[in-house]
Amino acid sequence: MLEMKNITKEFPGVKALDSVNFNVGDSEIHALVGANGAGKSTLMKVLAGVYNTFDGEILIDGRKVDILNPKQAKKEGIVIVYQEVDTALIPSLSVAENIMMDYMINDQQNTFMDWKYIKKRAKEEVEALDLDINVNKNVGELSLSEKQMVLIGRAVFLKAKYLILDEPTAPLSLEESRKLFEIVNKLREQGMSIIFISHRLDEVFKICEKVSVLRNGEFIGSYDIKEMTIDKVVEKMLGRKLENTFPKIDCEINGTIFEASDLSGKNGIESVNFKVRAGEIVGLAGLVGAGKTELSKLLFGESKVTAGKIKLHDQEIHNHNTYQAVTNGLALVPEERHTEGVLVNESIETNLTLVNLDHYCRNSFMSRRKIKEASQKVIDNVGIKTPSEKQLVNNLSGGNQQKVSIGKWLLADYEVYIFDEPTKGIDVGSKAEIYKLIGEIVSNGKGVIYASSEFEEILGLTDRVYVMYNGKIVKELKTSETDEEELLFYSTGGGSSEH
Amino acid sequence: MSTEEKNSIDLFNLLYKYGTIFVILATILFFSIFLDNFMKFSNVINIFRSVSIVGLISLAITMSLTVDGLDLSAAAIAGFAAVIAAKFMVIWELGTVPAIIVPILVGVIVGGVNAFFIIKMNISDLLATLSMMFLLTGISVTFQSGTAIYNYMPLPNNQGMAPGVLTDAYLFLGKGTIFRIPVPVIIMLIVALFVFVFLNHTKYGRFFYMIGSNQEAAKLSGIPVKKYKTMAYMMSGFIAAVAGLVLGARMGSGEVSAGDPYLMDSVAAAFIGFSVFGIGRPNALGTILGALLMGTLLNGLVMMNFPYYSQDIVKGIVLILALSLTYYKKKN
Repeated sequence: MLEMKNITKEFPGVKALDSVNFNVGDSEIHALVGANGAGKSTLMKVLAGVYNTFDGEILIDGRKVDILNPKQAKKEGIVIVYQEVDTALIPSLSVAENIMMDYMINDQQNTFMDWKYIKKRAKEEVEALDLDINVNKNVGELSLSEKQMVLIGRAVFLKAKYLILDEPTAPLSLEESRKLFEIVNKLREQGMSIIFISHRLDEVFKICEKVSVLRNGEFIGSYDIKEMTIDKVVEKMLGRKLENTFPKIDCEINGTIFEASDLSGKNGIESVNFKVRAGEIVGLAGLVGAGKTELSKLLFGESKVTAGKIKLHDQEIHNHNTYQAVTNGLALVPEERHTEGVLVNESIETNLTLVNLDHYCRNSFMSRRKIKEASQKVIDNVGIKTPSEKQLVNNLSGGNQQKVSIGKWLLADYEVYIFDEPTKGIDVGSKAEIYKLIGEIVSNGKGVIYASSEFEEILGLTDRVYVMYNGKIVKELKTSETDEEELLFYSTGGGSSEH
Repeated sequence: MSTEEKNSIDLFNLLYKYGTIFVILATILFFSIFLDNFMKFSNVINIFRSVSIVGLISLAITMSLTVDGLDLSAAAIAGFAAVIAAKFMVIWELGTVPAIIVPILVGVIVGGVNAFFIIKMNISDLLATLSMMFLLTGISVTFQSGTAIYNYMPLPNNQGMAPGVLTDAYLFLGKGTIFRIPVPVIIMLIVALFVFVFLNHTKYGRFFYMIGSNQEAAKLSGIPVKKYKTMAYMMSGFIAAVAGLVLGARMGSGEVSAGDPYLMDSVAAAFIGFSVFGIGRPNALGTILGALLMGTLLNGLVMMNFPYYSQDIVKGIVLILALSLTYYKKKN
């Protein structure tokens, strides 16, 4: 029995966990669910020894334990498998060595490798898990799901009592997920407890016995899965409805300007159909990993289209690369502001004039005057708080950086603006200003695609919404006729025919 | 996956695994058909002898590559080692033993200093060792008073002839043979065997690979990363110094720039070594085969009267082919 008592974890300015009490029994599969930012990952990182400061205590079988680093966690039999499996693997070494890594580093006494023992033990683990993986193969050659299995094999070798799987199925195919569940069940029968973090409630109901819900860093409760339904869990995850504070801008919605039909892409997007009308904000709702970013990038020529068509003003367009996408009249404000949205070590004016520098040149030479004028216009319109247009973007707050990332597209005329989680990690005041900006864009007769995992935003801002799950659009809804519960239902795989 | 796709992938895997071997065999076959003397024992020995210095320096570089570094100062360490040995014997008359031990110690220390700048000062491997290369070359030229050091050399300021000579025992390292096999070849093979055993059969070698392949994971698993990185650079310095002694003995003189021409060939050989047998990481066997491939090509081309000034074209093509195999695979 594992008990976490009154766990509180604060980050500067945020209380990520507020006296959480979380218990896991012996040999059970226990789901931990919650909306984005509810504190699931933080709680599990506390358990895995990632943080060395937190309040509260952890008990195993009634004995108080210190878990202040990953090594201590391992010693207590707690092993975590992160979604990003590559962070824990050595790609250029064999499966056997990756499974036996801990033994090689900490327990092996001899200077010379005992290859026979290492391969034999690794093979035993692989066979015990019923896997078809050659232990001599380099891990770099394995598929994602096989890599996950190697990490689970490593956990079994470490004699883990409590195995934490952080969204293990997000990158897996259905078949691979099924295989994973078989193994998880087997491990439970052998006495291991598995803590299963997932956004996919249908899976939770398929394999878990208990489910615990977190919301905004608070522990809501633990429930027997038999007494719950997907609807009830969703209700617990959301709590009471939050107030909407969105500036509603009324503007006329006209004919379709942008359309995708049966669009599939190399990055996992499967036959997606949707359209955007002039003056309309279309939401792409979905949880982290649902494929919103992938779809945005596919539209923008950042991934290869394998089937289907994209039409702008009834004309088919081809975006083989991002340059063509921009020339065709698309603008993208990407999710990763720092690495994809702005050049942090350049000035505001450089960033703003980046996308169509041609306009600010005289015969191939940059015109300082034109650049300055244009930048100041955008700074005023968008409301970037800065002493000068020469300021480095790095010195701006997150909200102002995002305004730069949006502002660079406002200096020229684009038809469709794609926003991918534009309010991620910025303060409430800037959020409202960004919503207003988006309102202004559509009131000029443009189309906006707004991808977000914050359903409150989707409901407050958009006119129509497409719900994404597993790389597909699973539902189209009118925003005025739906609510958070329905969005969460569809984006966790509810109503999905394949399950 | 369609069968067609699968076949093409298998073919590529085959090419990846055995591509380098295939190229070596094809090269040998080609030259032995068109050149009568190519496969003669004397010529084979000749090829081995000609690659022995490149082989040793590339083994030094291989050590740094395993921890995801790159020791560009290896050739300069070799040159400096040859100079120290020559000065010890020719000018200072200190005898063979210190003339061998001191350069090796210096090599190890330089490796340690490299590691210090890389780990403590956080300079990238490439830049730190590049600076070290310049620094060492400068120190060495100063130490040798600007000229090469050789037997009976005239001393500056009309002080007559140099008092000492390079001893026979030292020269044996470069010019001697054992059972008709040149000593440099034997030394190269011994060092290669040592590197092979170290990397593949000791846990420290595996730690090197873990650090080179995923430093963060290695650190979180409890490997003292800094310690082993330092060790890798010291071993690189050690092997480079050995290469320098062999080089100096073979030339019968001490001159730091003697190491220079070997640097780029050695880097190339070590990188070609990545892909041999599809190992996908720096390794001793691959490095030696890489060095042999370059040596075989050059030897054959010379025998075919291929103009020497165009040989770099061939080197460049071979390197690009080998690297394409390695990195195309990585991308997928």
